[in-house]
Amino acid sequence: MGRITLDKVTKSFGTAQVIPPLDLTIEDGEFTVFVGPSGCGKSTLLRLIAGLEDVSSGQIRIDGEDATMTPPAKRGLSMVFQSYALYPHMSVRKNIAFPMRMAKMPQEEQDRRIEAAAKALNLTDYLERRPGQLSGGQRQRVAIGRAIVREPSAFLFDEPLSNLDAALRVGMRMEISELHKKLATTMIYVTHDQVEAMTMADKIVVLRAGYVEQVGSPLDLYRAPRNLFVAGFIGSPKMNFIEGPEAAKYDAHTIGVRPEHISISADEGPWSGVVGVSEHLGSDTFFHIHDTGLAETITVRADGEVSFHHGDRVHLTPRTDVIHRFDTAGLRINQ
Amino acid sequence: MATQHSRSAARIMMAPAVILLLGWMLVPLTMTVLFSFKKYLPLRGGDLGWVGFDNYIRFFSSSAFWPSVQVTLVIVGGVLAITVVFGVLLALLLDQPMWGQGIVRILVIAPFFVMPTVSALVWKNMFMDPVNGLFAHLWKFFGAEPLSWLSEASMQSIILIVSWQWLPFATLILLTAIQSLDSEQLEASEMDGASPLARFIYIILPHLGRAITVVVLIQTIFLLSIFAEIYVTTQGAFGTRTLTYLIFQRVLESQNVGLGSAGGVYAIILANIVAAFLMRIVGKNLDS
Repeated sequence: MGRITLDKVTKSFGTAQVIPPLDLTIEDGEFTVFVGPSGCGKSTLLRLIAGLEDVSSGQIRIDGEDATMTPPAKRGLSMVFQSYALYPHMSVRKNIAFPMRMAKMPQEEQDRRIEAAAKALNLTDYLERRPGQLSGGQRQRVAIGRAIVREPSAFLFDEPLSNLDAALRVGMRMEISELHKKLATTMIYVTHDQVEAMTMADKIVVLRAGYVEQVGSPLDLYRAPRNLFVAGFIGSPKMNFIEGPEAAKYDAHTIGVRPEHISISADEGPWSGVVGVSEHLGSDTFFHIHDTGLAETITVRADGEVSFHHGDRVHLTPRTDVIHRFDTAGLRINQ
Repeated sequence: MATQHSRSAARIMMAPAVILLLGWMLVPLTMTVLFSFKKYLPLRGGDLGWVGFDNYIRFFSSSAFWPSVQVTLVIVGGVLAITVVFGVLLALLLDQPMWGQGIVRILVIAPFFVMPTVSALVWKNMFMDPVNGLFAHLWKFFGAEPLSWLSEASMQSIILIVSWQWLPFATLILLTAIQSLDSEQLEASEMDGASPLARFIYIILPHLGRAITVVVLIQTIFLLSIFAEIYVTTQGAFGTRTLTYLIFQRVLESQNVGLGSAGGVYAIILANIVAAFLMRIVGKNLDS
């Protein structure tokens, strides 16, 4: 079980309020991702749940029980840190065994769980090594192993992949998702990378300056962002925002069109502009179009085979059925 | 640093320093060894010729030799134990955020700036004097008979004085080591259910291993040759004659340079034995 409820939780450091009153419920077994730009309070929020920081006011409930004042070790949560926080002078085996040793678990049970975790995480050959002798990905797995053996009611991940290189990051992303499917335990995952959020989450919590901007499934957020911030944050490349007379045609202050919802052609389309930088990814090509008179640049996604050159004049056609409309306050206007 | 050219350039560049250091060490060392084979009494006839191993045998078979080795080792061991244990505790304390941290840290480090002679005099006259000393007043305040520290508890007194001098050094090194501990490791162990004591034993102490090794090795080098503290306080009486002090007495008080030089060679051997033991015990911490 691992249902975590935050009830009007706030956190202040001195006079600076980092988390304004915040309500949030994380259901049992759910993979929840806190995402937001750096400094938005997502790590603080995770540390509040972990018990590493005291809340300034409000209540944290785990499985219905008030855990606001419970020390971290008694909350039944495991955490994987950004720096992995492995104990450098202990072997991998001892690192993984540490929480069980602290709980004075019988030796046979410890060994059984270590073997199981090592097998699940491909660490069997490395059990006697020190963390210093392992690669980044292996260290990451040891940190996860140390979290698993306690059989916690929820896992907390604090930007666990940010120290890995791009290829490894994709691999570990899959492994963590796989682990979640297998264990079916609540996981809370903090990241600033919206791709990680989109690919892994059951539920995304978008944070800005401590405020929850929107909560929902990845596709909900993609299809119906509640405001300009979420619209700009979710989706890659970023959504194009257009203001002025073009937006007024749609009865909105600002309209948003995703790059993948604009088609590009040499001779026809309501908008026109000049090709700037084009990024060829093989599968896709991203064109940055200038001089459209609508916004500084408009980003367009096209098929990998489409080819325009720098300085070519092109015409763009937005898909009108998926245009997002926002009012003067930046809030979504529903169709 | 790979080419032939740069390697020979490096050698030439380093040569002056190496030659100076070698000269600095080798000249006194050679002279000591040379004198140790001579009967050399400056005030009673001067250089009286070669005597082979006579000086070594006399110094070794003297009744003062083994007690002096023992005293040396007890002082070194006692001071090491006190400075490391209290150094770790003080470093833990100073690492806590508190008001006036900067000033407190400077005050803690201050004893290290006091010269050994001065600090020994201050201790002898201000604290340990059986009539006017602060300790005597304290004892009297509680109705106890004042202790004449330097004669009744001479070894303890000297260990206390020397520890007071070296505690700041140990604290400073250990404090910087504690500050370099990754706070996420402590938080991880807290999540893992480690009590404050377990965190100290399993996380902080192993992290300090290397710093403790450095403290022990450096202090041993200096403590084997402490002299001023003994000269100023007990003058080697009341069972506080270290090997260094014995050599001093042989050379200057008995005016027997040959005998003292032989003692000096024994001191070198003792220092090497102690160093070898220490490296065996704590040296593995310096690896990796």
